[in-house]
Amino acid sequence: MSPQEKDPMATNENEAPHGTAMGTSSDPVGQAEELAPAEVANESPSQGAAAGVTAPVSTPAADRADHDDAAGYYTTGAPIADTKAPAGPVERRWTERVFNAKLVNPANRRRLSVIVVGTGLAGSSAAATLGEAGYHVDAFFYQDSPRRAHSIAAQGGINAAKNYKEDGDSIYRLFYDTVKGGDYRARESNVYRLAEVSANIIDQCVAQGVPFAREYGGLLDNRSFGGVQVSRTFYARGQTGQQLLIGAYQALERQVAAGTVKTHARHEMLELVVVDDGSGPRARGIVTRDMVTGEIETHLADAVVLASGGYGNVFFLSTNAMGCNVTAAWRAHRKGAHFANPCYTQIHPTCIPVSGEHQSKLTLMSESLRNDGRIWVPKNAEDCDKDPRDIPEEDRDYYLERIYPSFGNLVPRDIASRQAKNMCDEGRGVGPMVGDQRRGVYLDFAEAIERMGRSAVEAKYGNLFDMYARITGEDPYATPMRIYPAVHYTMGGLWVDYDLQSSIPGLFVAGEANFSDHGANRLGASALMQGLADGYFVLPNTIRDYLADGPFPKITDDDPEVRAARANVQERIDHFLSVNGSRSVDSFHRELGHIMWEYCGMERSAEGLRTAIEKIRALREEFWRDVRVLGTNDSLNQALERAGRVADFLELGELMCIDALHRRESCGGHFRAESQTPDGEALRDDENFAYVAAWEWGGETGEPILHKEDLVYESVEMKQRSYK
Amino acid sequence: MNLTLKIWRQPNGSATGEMVTYPITDVSEDMSFLEMLDVLNERLTAEGEEPVAFDSDCREGICGMCGLMINGVAHGPEVTTTCQLHMRSFSDGDVVTIEPWRASGFPVLRDLAVDRSAFDRIIDAGGYVSVNTGAAPDAHATPVPKENAERAFDAATCISCGACVAACPNGSASLFLGAKITHLAELPQGQAERHTRVLNMVHQHDLEGFGGCTNIGECTAVCPKEIPQDVIATLNKDMRHALWNRV
Repeated sequence: MSPQEKDPMATNENEAPHGTAMGTSSDPVGQAEELAPAEVANESPSQGAAAGVTAPVSTPAADRADHDDAAGYYTTGAPIADTKAPAGPVERRWTERVFNAKLVNPANRRRLSVIVVGTGLAGSSAAATLGEAGYHVDAFFYQDSPRRAHSIAAQGGINAAKNYKEDGDSIYRLFYDTVKGGDYRARESNVYRLAEVSANIIDQCVAQGVPFAREYGGLLDNRSFGGVQVSRTFYARGQTGQQLLIGAYQALERQVAAGTVKTHARHEMLELVVVDDGSGPRARGIVTRDMVTGEIETHLADAVVLASGGYGNVFFLSTNAMGCNVTAAWRAHRKGAHFANPCYTQIHPTCIPVSGEHQSKLTLMSESLRNDGRIWVPKNAEDCDKDPRDIPEEDRDYYLERIYPSFGNLVPRDIASRQAKNMCDEGRGVGPMVGDQRRGVYLDFAEAIERMGRSAVEAKYGNLFDMYARITGEDPYATPMRIYPAVHYTMGGLWVDYDLQSSIPGLFVAGEANFSDHGANRLGASALMQGLADGYFVLPNTIRDYLADGPFPKITDDDPEVRAARANVQERIDHFLSVNGSRSVDSFHRELGHIMWEYCGMERSAEGLRTAIEKIRALREEFWRDVRVLGTNDSLNQALERAGRVADFLELGELMCIDALHRRESCGGHFRAESQTPDGEALRDDENFAYVAAWEWGGETGEPILHKEDLVYESVEMKQRSYK
Repeated sequence: MNLTLKIWRQPNGSATGEMVTYPITDVSEDMSFLEMLDVLNERLTAEGEEPVAFDSDCREGICGMCGLMINGVAHGPEVTTTCQLHMRSFSDGDVVTIEPWRASGFPVLRDLAVDRSAFDRIIDAGGYVSVNTGAAPDAHATPVPKENAERAFDAATCISCGACVAACPNGSASLFLGAKITHLAELPQGQAERHTRVLNMVHQHDLEGFGGCTNIGECTAVCPKEIPQDVIATLNKDMRHALWNRV
């Protein structure tokens, strides 16, 4: 193995100084926000073993099969399968599906209505495209403008298999990297399609006026990202998400002006309406609350699209926006939509640490910092409150360099995150005491400043250092930065088939809200790609197959199912406003977040997860009995909004723990203490767990029901990763 | 540190509001300004008083949802968004007045939250390139000179927070408007609709009740994304060209 192959970031270094890229020299924020150093080993599909991939380690499969940690917490239902992807070669499937999906006559489209919930990349692009096609679209979002959805905060870039650099990239390579990065827990057909439509996304965005970085010749610039050896990431300084979302937002507003889309700002979906018109249950609408007037409204349509984002805020502290929530997806789950792989969450190692109990959210810093910064904690716990500059070299533990000598500080993000937590749990964390421990490790640039000179460090990381200084009030040139991991993205979500249709007919799910493309771990610069792929190209082609059977029989606000849905919403609101207990909504949310972080975060054990489930159940009971929400429903009442969201997080949290408990394997970003190699590394268990865990709601008092969808790999061979 | 907060309380859009004084103690300098308000709200809730309503979402300076008038300055004493302002910018004993954006185009909804939907309607009037999904040529079909791409980007970083309007003595949204005009005017993709865009967007801007620009520059002084004032020059230039062509 050559040194370059060992170092997954070497490709980034080789690209330096990015001199031709717009804004790159002064903008390291964008350089590699989601640099997941070795998530993708740098090999071509045929050379796995040569580049940090070893043959599968044998697992004591028989032991595992008999041993179900989660026995008693769930019941098992019938297996499920995706029935929409055509059979045959993976590269033909999308073409065939587009062809076979029924068409809707343009004259009929205006008689068909679609509700879209959420206006991030997936929701805005879907609403705009469906509007352009001529459907009648209603778009709902809790913010005051569709442009504020949290896609806007994505920094780094968007992958696309354009192969503009002629460096060996292809649709197949992007597909392969994504399946492998997801640790073989994503569906081949969906991922191949994602790679296939990726190139169209860039074309579309450029045509909209998205100001991507360009070279001096006026053509688009690319960078390599996430340790891959090809340069396939398009970017707009460190604000790629913002620029892509503005593009989708403008396309959406153009349809608003054209009259095909109606937007509903400050409207929160609180219930899904499922009606059986004799042909079986179908999603036919939503119940919303106008967050300004409190009015409970019913909106009915022929189909509903949820593009409501991820559920990272179940941890209370995450890099998500304050309002991000699982309510839309969870209400759909309670109405019959399966929730897939809820325990799959992504944790980012380089966030600015918590400064105190007042902390409301966490801020991500580019992982590119790990290119030059050295991570350490004091060897001795008694040094933890000292000025780090006074701790001599021999008393420092550069633990990543010690444990992983070949990758050092550039180990994949899940390993970097887990080891940081281990150090803090050992009592060797640094920074302020938060609760019972210090939650931070040093990221030290002293050596880099000496080696490269301050001005070079400034040129490369200046923006990040400024951001750090603004938030912490400390000068990272003079004293080491402190970092700590934070929840960043959730790969799990509502189960969908190849058409992005959930287990409720007529309910489609796009973007981070579905589970489909990232398996157990997501590659850097792939979230933006998936959101826009779903919204611009996939959903508009698949939803027509469903809509072609419409318009469906007319229903009214007085149908019993519709009235029941409204009554349920009203009942919850009335309850929250009448409890008048002793604890604020936020105090419950904070406590839930603490439980999730401790027991269902980076490292999970059967014992810890059982503890978590008991704690969550007790907390949920207390919440319904003792929460305090002041004010009334008929005005802007932010505590009331949050109460509904926390109520749903309290149910989701339990399901996440049950999912994590039953999945007795380490895979993707997740480490199960009971599934490790003799030297303590993650051990995947393909024999027993190569499936999607799709959970069905078991009722208020019942247990969740597990439906397994087996994952079959025909185009890619499954391999175990190794970083030692 | 201990502070005296004077906060605008207004139960809803049609009610009259008033400044209410709240002393707050033990404020950590590591708190963001909004976290300080979170702490106040937890206390008010415990005391049985309804919490102060204010907008925020990403809390990392990019969504544009937050925005408060702090001691008479939009987003407060640092050039950043309110969510990125930290309490170390204040001193023990300070009196801090907190008000909503005040402009006829931004009616108050409750306390510190205002309605900025006028900005969306200005974009509806033409702040886009008319290209349907699937109709795009290859991304490399039209090279864009780097300097145009950079200026387009600088203008496109506007987060639509409305600080420019709140700071402007005329209540003008010219910086917001100029930013979008400049973003699209710098790119080849924006040329086909350039004249109709500026005419329609300016018309909508005026309809929404925003005032005219008299080159005071308060907008750029508070803009958290430091949008340059010359985007308003581009706006005016395009407006002249469009009017001339129309005649």
